Amino acid sequence: MRSRVEGRRDVVVVGGGPAGMAAAARAAEMGLDVLLVDEGRRLGGILPQCIHPGFGVHYLGEELTGPEFAQRLASRVEDAGVDLLLDAHVPEVRWISHAEKGVRVLSPGFSGEVRTGAVIYAAGARERHRFEIGILGDRVAGVYTAGEAQTMMDVYGILPGRRVLVVGSGDVGMIVARRFALEGAEVVGVVEIMPYPGGLTRNVVQCLEDFDIPLLLSHRVVAVRGRGRGRVERAVLVRVDEGLRDVPGTETEVECDTVVVSAGLVPRMEVLRELGALIDQATGGPMVNDRLETTVPGVFAAGNALVINDLVDHAAEQGEQAAEGAAEFLRRGGIPATDWVKLRPGEGVKLTVPQLLSGERDVWVYLRVARPVRNARLSLRGAGKEVRLPVVRPAEMVRVKLMAGEVRRAKVGGREVVAEVYGG
Amino acid sequence: MGVRVVVVGAGVVGASVARVLSRYEGLEVHLVDANPDVGWGVSKANTGIVHGGYDDDPDRFPLRAELCALGNEIWHRWVEELDVPHTWSGALVVALEGDQRRELESLLERGRRNGVPELRIVEREEALAMEPNLTQEVEAALWAPTVGQIHPVRATVAIVENAVDNGVRVHLETEVRGVKVEGGEVRGLETSRGFLEADVVVNAAGLRADELADMAGVEFPRIRPRRGEYWIFDRSAGPKPRRVLFPTPTPTSKGVVVTTEVSGHLMIGPNAEDLPPDAKGDVGNTAKGLEEVWERAGELWPRLPPRRLVIRTFAGLRPEPEGGDFVVGNTEVWGFVNAAGTRSPGLTAAPAIALRVRDALVELGIELREKGEWKATRRDIESTIDLGWRERVERARDDPLRGRVVCRCNLVTEREVLEAIERMRAVGVRTPSIDSVKFRTGATSGTCQGSFCRVRLVELLAREFGVPPWGVTLKGRGSEVGVGDVKVLLRGASTGGEGSEE
Repeated sequence: MRSRVEGRRDVVVVGGGPAGMAAAARAAEMGLDVLLVDEGRRLGGILPQCIHPGFGVHYLGEELTGPEFAQRLASRVEDAGVDLLLDAHVPEVRWISHAEKGVRVLSPGFSGEVRTGAVIYAAGARERHRFEIGILGDRVAGVYTAGEAQTMMDVYGILPGRRVLVVGSGDVGMIVARRFALEGAEVVGVVEIMPYPGGLTRNVVQCLEDFDIPLLLSHRVVAVRGRGRGRVERAVLVRVDEGLRDVPGTETEVECDTVVVSAGLVPRMEVLRELGALIDQATGGPMVNDRLETTVPGVFAAGNALVINDLVDHAAEQGEQAAEGAAEFLRRGGIPATDWVKLRPGEGVKLTVPQLLSGERDVWVYLRVARPVRNARLSLRGAGKEVRLPVVRPAEMVRVKLMAGEVRRAKVGGREVVAEVYGG
Repeated sequence: MGVRVVVVGAGVVGASVARVLSRYEGLEVHLVDANPDVGWGVSKANTGIVHGGYDDDPDRFPLRAELCALGNEIWHRWVEELDVPHTWSGALVVALEGDQRRELESLLERGRRNGVPELRIVEREEALAMEPNLTQEVEAALWAPTVGQIHPVRATVAIVENAVDNGVRVHLETEVRGVKVEGGEVRGLETSRGFLEADVVVNAAGLRADELADMAGVEFPRIRPRRGEYWIFDRSAGPKPRRVLFPTPTPTSKGVVVTTEVSGHLMIGPNAEDLPPDAKGDVGNTAKGLEEVWERAGELWPRLPPRRLVIRTFAGLRPEPEGGDFVVGNTEVWGFVNAAGTRSPGLTAAPAIALRVRDALVELGIELREKGEWKATRRDIESTIDLGWRERVERARDDPLRGRVVCRCNLVTEREVLEAIERMRAVGVRTPSIDSVKFRTGATSGTCQGSFCRVRLVELLAREFGVPPWGVTLKGRGSEVGVGDVKVLLRGASTGGEGSEE
């Protein structure tokens, strides 16, 4: 497909993963002139490297692999008439006015500034690496992040190692552990610093137990060892106490030639930070209102660049919400001023999105709990809403709908809704 | 027939010697190193500071004192000639209490004796005006405006590229196993790649200079590895000082430095830990060493960023010679010339050491006549990140590969990577390694530490060197990024992984 790049746009979407594709498709379906810019040589973001099933149950009503899910959205993007610019990097978005932005693009095919009325930023996240989680020792080969290992195997066809230790038992860590086992590598264990697994129970069973991969809770990797400029030969583990402090004298060494770090994701915020968007320390993403508009007018965020999602379905859903927000912004010449209600995490809750609620529309609230709770009572204090949930876990984003009327209740009080989770 | 000079050690000292000698008619200069690339020994992991020359006591360490001050002067010229990334930021040596102030006065006096210009002791208020985030405990500081910083590996690469341009031949992955001496004169080197004839051998072997001297039967002080550890923060993390900040030095070390290194990251380190003589390869990081660095740095710079903004820790070894001074010049074996014992300020002194080696050749009676044509300059790979927006767009429109960003964090394009690979080959790199590209371009050294772009570099290196992607290494043979294609283990070990075995 040949696309037009030059000329002013209604919307430029930065990032062609699930959130960006959904945003671009939705915006174009609403009749807007949309350019989608992505760094990859094909659309999909991280989906093409996720060759396991489990995608799309909520959003598309069927279970697909990552590449299949990406293909569905990519077809929709094409059908909607979105112009595409692939292999393209956006180092900067320039503020011109509240109603005009310049998206700066470098690519082999086109380099320059694209003027636009609205920007949807969906550039995803990056992975935390060994130096951020304090793995010391030798800086030898054989230490990869989980996504990097997946890319090597399933995009480039390289097997990174034979004897693998995985650090972090989130879903990604467990899925990568199984991926190695499926290729005949020996996975010596998955190490988790918390006293409970970081991912879904389904994955503990299907990825670890079914493949006899040991899960080592309340442990962390303190160092890797290897000779000179060679490769990993051993990893040094230590047990941690309830305060996550190392327990002296519990160091053990595990032989392995590969250490895969799956220690979570961080939203990519360089561009939004430079643009002046406020960053929420809890989510690591931008502070947004119920249109998913950041604190920079006309700049919206979705997907992992907004908040780290565990389901691709949520990322795609946020893309659509951001597209609707952008359309409203363009139609009304800006999001109308109002006395915004602040949504913030309270007892037992780690993060909440969106952070600002207008009370003029119903809104999906995403939140993540701080620790697992059974028979949980979720209270949205200030909105007078309570929800019962059989179980909540940090690994699973909780999503509840808050009605416009419920939000308006908070306008009478402290203009604040606090999300809290209690047991029993 | 010319004189064959073989320089052992392609670190910053050996490279400087090769460059200086490349200037003369009738010398055939070879540069030998066991590593897969140049600058990968002691030169690789240090603070990158071009010291002023006020630290070294001219009575106790005359060579250090003389060659540091001279080296600083020469570096001011070389960074321009060779287009080496640098900053002449100046330094403050910070005194926190009364007796430390006396130490500043003795540094000032030493600096005066060593001929260091523009030194001045500044009082508390002035020091805080210069560096508002400096500790409030500061009592006074020595201001040394001639101090600067360079990227030590990029500097070494630059020097070697220029030397090669002027006829020097480089032999990498070539380990020296013996020095042939006959009748008290050097004849050549036994190496892992065969015998290399030599009339002159220059010992720039860094940590192993004592071992090389042993092979020649030349007496040499023992060299102990002294480890220093460092933390590097994300580019966005601050506050960052404008100048290099030193504590008041101790007898063994200049102390833990707080600085904004040449590529704009806050960096703290090093401590000084003496390792056993056989630990010359131990560049691992330890919790103890790093905590010590953190604590010391905090004494100068209380507003250190949070730990989550650390993007890398590393460690390097300094070659600490018994006696403490450099060992430079002729020896009891004719033609065996030392350029070694290069502890700190070895990086600063390197160009001056090279001039001393030249003088040693003259002492041997070797006639040195300058070449009619000698290229003094070399240009660096143009970094996209250093360009303004208009220039970036112009470059990308002229050359599509200047528009393809490979490393997002440091904005390194495919053209820069390909140029780095071309230059690697020009200096004789045989094994494709990611670190060779990293040190030339900055790719993989940003916020994400390569989790996005390492595999792109693998793809390009594999293509350009004609090896399978799993045979590309991180830092030389034995550090291959993979063990074979993704099905190698399922097919069974006997049939898989061509080119991946060590």
